[in-house]
Amino acid sequence: MNETILPTTSRHEFWRGVRDEAPILLGVAPFGLIFGALAIDAQIAAPIAQAMSSMIFAGASQFIAAQMIGAGTSGLVILLVVFVVNLRHALYSASVAPHVRHLAPGWKFLLAYLLTDEAYVVTITHYNQESDPIHKHWYFLGAGLTLWTTWQVSTVIGIILGAQLPQDWPLGFVLPLTFIALVVPALKDKASIVAALTAALVGLLTFGFSFKTGLLVAAFLGILAGLLVEGRLK
Amino acid sequence: MSLWLVIFLAGLLTFGTRLSFILLLDRIKVPGWFRRGLRFVPVAVLSGIILPDLASRNAVLDLSLRNPQLYAGALAVLVAWRTKNVLLTIIVGMAALLIFQVVLGLV
Repeated sequence: MNETILPTTSRHEFWRGVRDEAPILLGVAPFGLIFGALAIDAQIAAPIAQAMSSMIFAGASQFIAAQMIGAGTSGLVILLVVFVVNLRHALYSASVAPHVRHLAPGWKFLLAYLLTDEAYVVTITHYNQESDPIHKHWYFLGAGLTLWTTWQVSTVIGIILGAQLPQDWPLGFVLPLTFIALVVPALKDKASIVAALTAALVGLLTFGFSFKTGLLVAAFLGILAGLLVEGRLK
Repeated sequence: MSLWLVIFLAGLLTFGTRLSFILLLDRIKVPGWFRRGLRFVPVAVLSGIILPDLASRNAVLDLSLRNPQLYAGALAVLVAWRTKNVLLTIIVGMAALLIFQVVLGLV
């Protein structure tokens, strides 16, 4: 899968990933700005705030970590919470694993680093519809790098602008809208529909759970419901 | 523990979680139901994010008829279902949110 052998196809897949990731940036950028501003507000030094975006690179957990740092929470507790909040990424990891199986370790490490919510959903939607089996990791790279760049740049701007940013930003609503646009066309069979409805309902019922554990419960029960329906239909 | 170390370790933990099954599935044999369950991961996770997102405002659950996000979300589902167009879904959903905010007298 060397770029020099089939340069046009890998480049084509890369830019397709970039293009498909683009609409979601409208929702991601405001969150990056708010994160930067929030971190500075919590008295976190600018280099550390930026390091959070490049090393942890996971929005929800960064917000919670910044609040805990501001409140003087111990390092071990912060580590535990970040770990729990990001546990859903293990599901993404299992989900993309068959698609990246043939790749060299370097590629696997790189794509794992880029495996955020927003890069995952765009990439897996593409993989489940149709994809070039030989060059599809370039699509993942394109989507992942696009999100990465947006997250880093918006964090920098948020750090610089700080408190000048408006607090109530309806642009955040772009995220659930993008997720709707990606999930609805994927509901092609009864088992998927049951999985989606179960997860949505459980997500609502577990709304009060701390640290995104409600989402984990919802995802697991949704997957289970899908498997049960599929098994019965066979 | 210095803050730098905390951030570094938090990053390492997150990276390890993201890498976990990408490396593991090469080495271990997983049961058939596990493989079959993987195809439900995107729809389950996304639906688990979407509905609580639509149903809450400022981190508080609001299932009342005065929540404009519920209308905008329902309309977005309809557009996504009929057109399968990501950009159109976002545009219609955002426009609907702004309109319903005005209609419901929230702005």
